[in-house]
Amino acid sequence: MKLRTALLGAAAAFAMAPAAYAERGADGEVKLTFPQAVSIMNPYLSGGTKDIYASSMVLEPLAGLDPDGTLVPKLVTEIPTLENGGVSADLMSITWKLIPGLLWSDGTPVTADDAVFTAAYCMDPAGGCAQATKYDGVASVEAVDASTIKITFTAPKPNPYNTFVGALSPLLQKAQFAACQGAAAPTCTDQNSMPVGTGPFKVTGFTVNDTVSMEANPNYRDPAKPAFATAMIKGGGDAESSARAVMETGEFDYAWNTQIPPDSQAAMTAAGKGQFVVAFGTLVERIEMNTTDPSPDLPEGERATAKHPHPILSDIKVRTALSKAIDRSILVEVGYGAGGNPTCNVIPAPAAWASDNTGCLTQDIEGAKALLDEAGWTDTDGDGIRDKDGKKLSLLYQTTVNPIRQDFQALVKDWWSEIGVETELKAIDPGVFFGGDAGSPDTFQKFYADVEMYANNSDSPDPESYLGQYQCKNAPRPETQWQGENINRFCDPAYDAKFAELQKTTDLATRQTLAKQLNDMVTKDSMTVIPLVHRGTLSAHSNALGGVRINSWDSELWNVADWFRVK
Amino acid sequence: MLTFTLRRLLVAIPTLLFISLIIFLLVDLAPGSPLSDIPLTVPPDVRQRMIEALGADQPVFVRYLLWLRQFFWVEPAYLLDGWLGTSLAEGEQRILSWQSRSPVFTVIGQRLPQTLTVIGTAYLLGVAIALPIGIYSAYRQYSMFDQFGTLFAMIGFSVPTFFSGTLFIIIFAVWLGWFPTKYDTQLSVTDWATFVEQLRQMALPVMTLGLANAAVISRYMRSSMLDNMTQDYVRTARAKGMPERTVVLKHVLRNSMIPVVTVIALGIPSIFGGAIITENLFGVNGIGAALIGAINASDLPMVQTLAFIFAVLIVAFNLIADVLYGLLDPRIRYD
Repeated sequence: MKLRTALLGAAAAFAMAPAAYAERGADGEVKLTFPQAVSIMNPYLSGGTKDIYASSMVLEPLAGLDPDGTLVPKLVTEIPTLENGGVSADLMSITWKLIPGLLWSDGTPVTADDAVFTAAYCMDPAGGCAQATKYDGVASVEAVDASTIKITFTAPKPNPYNTFVGALSPLLQKAQFAACQGAAAPTCTDQNSMPVGTGPFKVTGFTVNDTVSMEANPNYRDPAKPAFATAMIKGGGDAESSARAVMETGEFDYAWNTQIPPDSQAAMTAAGKGQFVVAFGTLVERIEMNTTDPSPDLPEGERATAKHPHPILSDIKVRTALSKAIDRSILVEVGYGAGGNPTCNVIPAPAAWASDNTGCLTQDIEGAKALLDEAGWTDTDGDGIRDKDGKKLSLLYQTTVNPIRQDFQALVKDWWSEIGVETELKAIDPGVFFGGDAGSPDTFQKFYADVEMYANNSDSPDPESYLGQYQCKNAPRPETQWQGENINRFCDPAYDAKFAELQKTTDLATRQTLAKQLNDMVTKDSMTVIPLVHRGTLSAHSNALGGVRINSWDSELWNVADWFRVK
Repeated sequence: MLTFTLRRLLVAIPTLLFISLIIFLLVDLAPGSPLSDIPLTVPPDVRQRMIEALGADQPVFVRYLLWLRQFFWVEPAYLLDGWLGTSLAEGEQRILSWQSRSPVFTVIGQRLPQTLTVIGTAYLLGVAIALPIGIYSAYRQYSMFDQFGTLFAMIGFSVPTFFSGTLFIIIFAVWLGWFPTKYDTQLSVTDWATFVEQLRQMALPVMTLGLANAAVISRYMRSSMLDNMTQDYVRTARAKGMPERTVVLKHVLRNSMIPVVTVIALGIPSIFGGAIITENLFGVNGIGAALIGAINASDLPMVQTLAFIFAVLIVAFNLIADVLYGLLDPRIRYD
């Protein structure tokens, strides 16, 4: 009797097992932890990655990008292309078709009006929309019918997949946000913390900068997903404690942004409870060369402007020598481990867009010395520091306060002293460095130093807008209140001309070639930017969590609907 | 005593206004921008519009006056509305955090419970441990127990909480697996199981903070006891043939408690202030974590409001400590 019951039980269990995979909410709770807590669930009011990733579990764009950077439809039946007629032949418009019967989590239908509203919401100048660039060059967004969205551009768009693509520009529900447009946007606390979405989860509880509680969206378009009934994101602490909570104590299933030193990575992996995953996007840690003179002797308003070229770094031989002296593989080993690769490119990925520039990967101290000799910098007084016309080859090297960056500074200083360059180091609070306050002398835009180090990336696989940063007109200067992305004040008419060509080109292969040439112009051809490390985002997930496919082109949680509990 | 209290309260008003101005200017003059956290891919013109939408581009005195009005009029009116169902604050803008765009007082309301539970428990526990240690150490000065107590206090004083906390995490959470390392603020105690869960998650932060608190207070207790042990009245009590127990626990302890009670009262504002490091370490996400997060994000309204509330609490508890002193010690009269 006992055996029979047991067998029956086993049989029942087998019968149930396949069903469990295809059932919404069968796997209980999934717990995520972010070292920086979530402040707001509306990505249009926050540029912070933590907020954008968290909201991507709830709010969805029309289409997203997969780990290879390929477009995947989310709320639409297919990706519009020139071939299927979704993109007009003159590249002036794109038409998206919503999936029929699509519902918001509150049960009301998703219509084209929601998209029209979302565009108006973000394009309202009084709203302070953080994702305004996603709507750049958009003349109008119209609802052709209830399920057809037509976006018209002000000029032909070779890459029309910007608006409503990716976690930065999801659809908002018109009914919920109608009263929150323009100046009222920041005051809509309830809407901003509990937006109604189409994603696999819906918000059930939100405590600012602490916890987001979610449950499976009952109206999610795939009836079998998500596998988890509830989800929570706990924020706070630091990268180390987040990683520990997944890798060592097993309290959490997923930890985003667990950037910890390589030796800690190895120790935590050894605990055997989880694994680190790395998403390589376009984030590059680099040393930027100042092409203008930051000398404090110059009057304010002329200091670090194009009026005074840099007395030392204007010579390409010096810039090349500085790059040659650096051993990038040691930097990776010390700072990032599995989370980084040495690189010579500003655009290191995707592969099709990346130049084959590898010239900087081997350190060449002797070559660097020879170049400096050639440039006329010699050590005449025997103090170990090169000089020319009574001026010492001495540089001020600034970056943010960050243990890895301080390690890098020390290593680079060492290598540079080997080739007879004296380096003074400076570390600035990141809030000040990136704060962009025109009144502060320490912002990275003002660049009151000879060289500075930080990381930057392109927010889409197509690097057009990223490369646009290096145009002459984007140099930060007093007239622009020191705003602008061309930090080096790099100015080459040939670059600007080639960039204008890129903006007009529609053919993908030609675009890629142009992008590679532009990349080379700022890196190996002019040595204005010295790329060091291609950085990935290191995250950790428990071995009990399945379905994770890390993505650097969209939200890391882009496929959270497919996550499941490994049994 | 009443006149004294009233006079002190009246003096507190200009003091607090002055403090609020100083805090506002300090926070405002500190470098940093509320947008330093957003990626570099967001272009400058978009940043400018975001700053304008926050109201952060207004002149400093405009923002200060607006904050004063919001703090002293709009927020109390909003509170009254909530209690009495009136509509005093209708259409008024509450103090909004720049980070989350939600009202600062809502955030404080969400965070105060865990701060009070965790930090409050740690404080009570610290006091409960410290008093007996202090008393016995003083009674048996230079004994083994006193040496041990001194060692314990030295450790508590000199080992920073970020170190002891991490050590506890590694021993009790990673190796032994007894306690969780991240505090779940959403846990509501409804039955025995959730109560045990709550105790488990409080264990590590309370242990870390309790050690530090106990160290400080036990030293005060010990030295205050030592002061009194050599007094004439103690010799008199012994000469009268009183049992040692009565001499120590009644005569000496009562007199020794006077300064210690003041120290304990003065420490209470720090419970509300939270413990920045410990809260961050264990993910308690109370007031302390809110303050440091706001400072990092240059969230001026949040920092200003929290710092001002702390100032109010410190002024208030200073007054309470003074009054308590008068009540406990008949020799001290303020009138």
